[in-house]
Amino acid sequence: MTKQLPGVDIVLVGFGWTGAIYAEKLTAAGLNVLALERGPWRDTPNDFATTFAQDELRYYWRHGMFQEASQATLTFRNNSAQTALPMRHWGSFLPGNGVGGAGVHWNGQTYRFLPSDFVARTHNEERYGPLPEHVTVQDYGVTYDELEPHFDFFEKICGICGQAGNLNGETVEGGNPFEGPRSDNYPNPPMQMTFSQDRFASAARELGLNPFPVPSANMSRAYVNPLGLQLAPCTYCGFCEKHGCGNYSKSSPQTTIIPVLMQRPNFALRTNSEVLSVEKAADGSRASGVTYIDANGDTFFQPAEVVVLCAYPLENTRLLLLSQIGEPYDPQSGDGVVGKNYCYQVMSSATVFYDEEFTNGFVGAGALGMVIDDYNGDNFDHSGLGFIGGGYIACHTTNARPIESHPVPDNVPSWGSRWKKAVRENFLKTTSVGVHGASMAHRSNYLDLDPTYTDTHGRPLLRMTYDFTLNDRRLTQHLTPIAQQIANGMGGREVKVNIRRGSYDSVPYQTTHNTGGTIMGADPRTSVVNRYCQSWDFPNLFVAGAGLFPQNAGYNPTGTVGALAYWSVDAIVNQYLRQPGPLVQP
Amino acid sequence: MRRLSPTLTSLAALTFICSATLTPGASRAQELAYSQVERGRYLTVAGDCKACHTDLENDGVPFAGGRGLSTPFGTIFSSNLTPDDETGLGHWTRDDFYRALNEGMDRDGHHLYPAMPYPYFTLMTRDDTDAIFAYLRTLDPVTAEVPENELPFPLSVRRSVWGWKLLFFDDEEFVSDPDASDAWNRGRYLVDGPLHCGGCHTGKNALGADDSDEYLRGGVLENWYAPNIRGGENGGIADWNPDDIVEFLRDGRSRHTAPMQRMGEVVALSTQHLHQEDLEAIATYLKSLDDQPRENQAEPDAARVEIGEAIYFDNCAACHASDRSGVPYLFAPLRTSNKVLAEDPSTAIRIILGGARAQPTEAIPSVLAMPPFEWKLSDDQIADLMTYLRQSGDRSAGPVSASQVSEMREYLADEH
Amino acid sequence: MHSLTRRHVMRLMLLGGTALAVPHAFAKEFGRGAGVPWAPSRGEIPYYGTSSDRFFTPEERETVAAICARLIPSDEDGPGATEADVVTFIDRQMAGFYGRGQHWYMKGPYGQGTATQGYQSEHPPAILYRSALAELETYCASQHEARFVDLSEDQQDTVLTGLDEEEIQFEGVSAKVFFDLLLKNAIEGFFADPIYGGNRDMIAWRYVGFPGTRYDYRDFVNHHGKAIPLEPVSLMGRPGWDRP
Repeated sequence: MTKQLPGVDIVLVGFGWTGAIYAEKLTAAGLNVLALERGPWRDTPNDFATTFAQDELRYYWRHGMFQEASQATLTFRNNSAQTALPMRHWGSFLPGNGVGGAGVHWNGQTYRFLPSDFVARTHNEERYGPLPEHVTVQDYGVTYDELEPHFDFFEKICGICGQAGNLNGETVEGGNPFEGPRSDNYPNPPMQMTFSQDRFASAARELGLNPFPVPSANMSRAYVNPLGLQLAPCTYCGFCEKHGCGNYSKSSPQTTIIPVLMQRPNFALRTNSEVLSVEKAADGSRASGVTYIDANGDTFFQPAEVVVLCAYPLENTRLLLLSQIGEPYDPQSGDGVVGKNYCYQVMSSATVFYDEEFTNGFVGAGALGMVIDDYNGDNFDHSGLGFIGGGYIACHTTNARPIESHPVPDNVPSWGSRWKKAVRENFLKTTSVGVHGASMAHRSNYLDLDPTYTDTHGRPLLRMTYDFTLNDRRLTQHLTPIAQQIANGMGGREVKVNIRRGSYDSVPYQTTHNTGGTIMGADPRTSVVNRYCQSWDFPNLFVAGAGLFPQNAGYNPTGTVGALAYWSVDAIVNQYLRQPGPLVQP
Repeated sequence: MRRLSPTLTSLAALTFICSATLTPGASRAQELAYSQVERGRYLTVAGDCKACHTDLENDGVPFAGGRGLSTPFGTIFSSNLTPDDETGLGHWTRDDFYRALNEGMDRDGHHLYPAMPYPYFTLMTRDDTDAIFAYLRTLDPVTAEVPENELPFPLSVRRSVWGWKLLFFDDEEFVSDPDASDAWNRGRYLVDGPLHCGGCHTGKNALGADDSDEYLRGGVLENWYAPNIRGGENGGIADWNPDDIVEFLRDGRSRHTAPMQRMGEVVALSTQHLHQEDLEAIATYLKSLDDQPRENQAEPDAARVEIGEAIYFDNCAACHASDRSGVPYLFAPLRTSNKVLAEDPSTAIRIILGGARAQPTEAIPSVLAMPPFEWKLSDDQIADLMTYLRQSGDRSAGPVSASQVSEMREYLADEH
Repeated sequence: MHSLTRRHVMRLMLLGGTALAVPHAFAKEFGRGAGVPWAPSRGEIPYYGTSSDRFFTPEERETVAAICARLIPSDEDGPGATEADVVTFIDRQMAGFYGRGQHWYMKGPYGQGTATQGYQSEHPPAILYRSALAELETYCASQHEARFVDLSEDQQDTVLTGLDEEEIQFEGVSAKVFFDLLLKNAIEGFFADPIYGGNRDMIAWRYVGFPGTRYDYRDFVNHHGKAIPLEPVSLMGRPGWDRP
């Protein structure tokens, strides 16, 4: 039996980055906010202290802080002719779980998308003519200029370390010359670079490219953010991604927002509480709250004036589908919106092997790197190339965690004496130039509910139908040789190119940048939420996260996810609360 | 810092003005109109009254008492300070209340156990105790019977306190030093009176009374060492400037260290709420307290220091930096730490074993915690680590033995 | 004497943090102005598979050790799976939640799947090992009339190559899935922290030059491509922490 609970002003489904952002702004506005988190409480001393956080087996290979596939996974197939099968354990991406979500175990590379990324369809069509049929790329409905103050604030909350390239329209030496105009510098200077970045930067400059430091949420110095919260200097320990940070030097909800929230009497968080569905009011005009189940198996109805979906994009999409809110996307007709435009990221790289020099990859940090943006977005002329979008090309030194990172040159077997020797010879002497390619939406890539497989509560799993598109393939074919060219200039013995070929493979880890499914836009026929991330169907339902992206840009998503959350919550506080109702008339 | 009028030298007036200056821009008339009740509330914060007089473990009503306070001699239950006629201070008069704080006598003429810090509160002026009383009268009366104390004979006889008081208690008023600054006098009054800093930071004799030779030179209780807080030459916090002391008490952070554990609680409930002028006065006073120069201890075994350095570098540098300089305001620099270099290393050993947390405050809500190493480092290893730290600091503070660590380990195991 | 009363204040602080003493499995409410819960506690210290439980029979264990010794051989270049005791690592893993597939989605129906769909065996790792090892012995018996461990190194390599390149098929389980899993687990055991039973004495970290679980390289960021002479350290320390 479902127990009825007293109502709250706001209920947040999921408590990672976006949950913390909404909660902070909404409690500051005086509202009574409740966050429901599926996973456990997590904090630094108990869950990833410096005494044990640097445990590669536990955290990465045994998924110490990720969602357990046994509770809920998703099914996957490359195309709709195949039968989707469950991802029995995680591979290509690693959904987070628990307080802080993936914001605990991210790398911290914190970019702003380009102004043209937010108007991808209009911009590209204006410049290159109509996009091919079935390419379902859309505009966001919100512009870079509108988001700029929110990018800026998120960067200040996180204490992002970087070098501005465009300050109020003025080009600044050493930064990204292609970035949208910034109203302010980064709050902290870039991280210290190592040998590999120095080599990358000179090789890139040699080619007339414009290297700049990766904007980093690993701190280059001690910092106090606008909420009074402290971050410590990063110690370059190389246990960043897939790990929590033990010494408070990586921005996370835990380090940058949660301690303030926990002091506010109008905020509460319930952990181990999984939302099963968003409920609708009897008249079907609004969401009435959510039903959730706790770890004892008791179910509760939590009424709320406003519901915000702050879970991971895949889970937000599933929740809307399970709750029968919004029209599910139909790839046959192209109608419907929920589950539409699932996108990913197209990764490739060129590994440099040195003979004499030591790259010492263990001296690393999640966002330690130099990068070029010359081939991202529409920063280069795509005429005649047959694709749109691009990607950054970067030389990161994030780790030398040996189970994960032991590259060997071409033509070395994958086991035996030759393999072992090659691992030893190259372990401290490699670096990599990576391409972080955009992923453009296509009619055939989508999310829906699986007809066969269910989670522990008996609810259908999400089904992912996804493969790299022609645009993706052309993009990676165009950009990977540029990465190789830079790599060739870095003075190594040899370069091994790891191109992205064949179908999307759910097995090897690529990146946890799953986007789309709950996309935003200007038209209710082609988007789930409006430009304020407000549901077209229920004005008191908002959605956060990278599920909002109509297609994925050639960047890590978190900076834009943060900016969109601040933009949306600003609209709730300054517009919606004054006059609850649709903020955009359909 | 706001300068006080030199004509206002009488203590009462001084106290009044100091505790009333909330906003530097406020007019004098407003300051004087500041109510007695508000001043009383402020003094209860300064005295941290609520902490003991609330049954916090059982979500008790603030100031309704009933909290069991365990002493080496038994459990004493705090009294109900709300104006309830039957169980609280309903029938009390200002005179009764003054007597309790000044003489350690209750309304019926019984001696109060010195778990109640009247040996410090006795310095408070009549104006101050009246203000506190006025504030307590504004509370809602709560009927809350206080349990009987659990003390063995002869301590269960309150008259036994009479003997203790005879030996160790002086009913004295605060006398300001006309040669010292107003701030110094105010600081001394706060430190020795309402804040009762000596309760932890002054060494005790066998019967639990302050040893005046050890005034603010550090004290040990329950295996915590409350460090030497004399700020003058050779003092435990000689290298702190007045701003460091103010920041420590106000924000829960300073360049040198952060309040943790017991002191964290004092900062959380009391000092972070004090006026800037009062914090500056406390700093002025503490900075005036010189101390004896400390002798360098004998050099420990070089092999132990080398092992300790290896343990330090591998385990501690992640926060405290390889050169032990720490990160000011986040992670304590250890070369100058008055916990590491204290004559009694209990607190440092305890923190290494059991971990600790820098107190979050309203100014800095961050929760920075040192993880425990009890599962990771052996007694020998912690002893060698401590020996290295004490050898490589600003002065040679002497080695730490494995048995010191194992005693603390056993104590902590018993505690939990 | 007043100060002694602060013991209770301390106790209160401890109680304030008991949220963390409650098993994570239970729903818990945080917030409402109470601050971040905290208690001096050891936290979730390493536990993943650290028990010394075993799963393999003595024969299975011998076979797995022999396979690992070919995947990561001991040779003139340095130590291999044998010196690192990788088999103990795998044995313990199989006895724990990993071997049981406890965190994996193991509901049917089971389908063949494409390579891009990943692991689709109905068996959790431990059972997959057991079944595959039995079939491997059957194969060796039929081809060589010997157990795997009794084959020459060259013969062993030929068999393993046959599994890797899908030239040898098993009846009940996929030989290739087994081989891939075993190779992955062997590399894990070689390079994981020694607390898990493999990488004994950090032998693999020494071999490749990985300094282990250190958490501060600020002094070495400007290495300019030069070697950094640091001994490895495991989660439970290194020889330099102890008196001789």
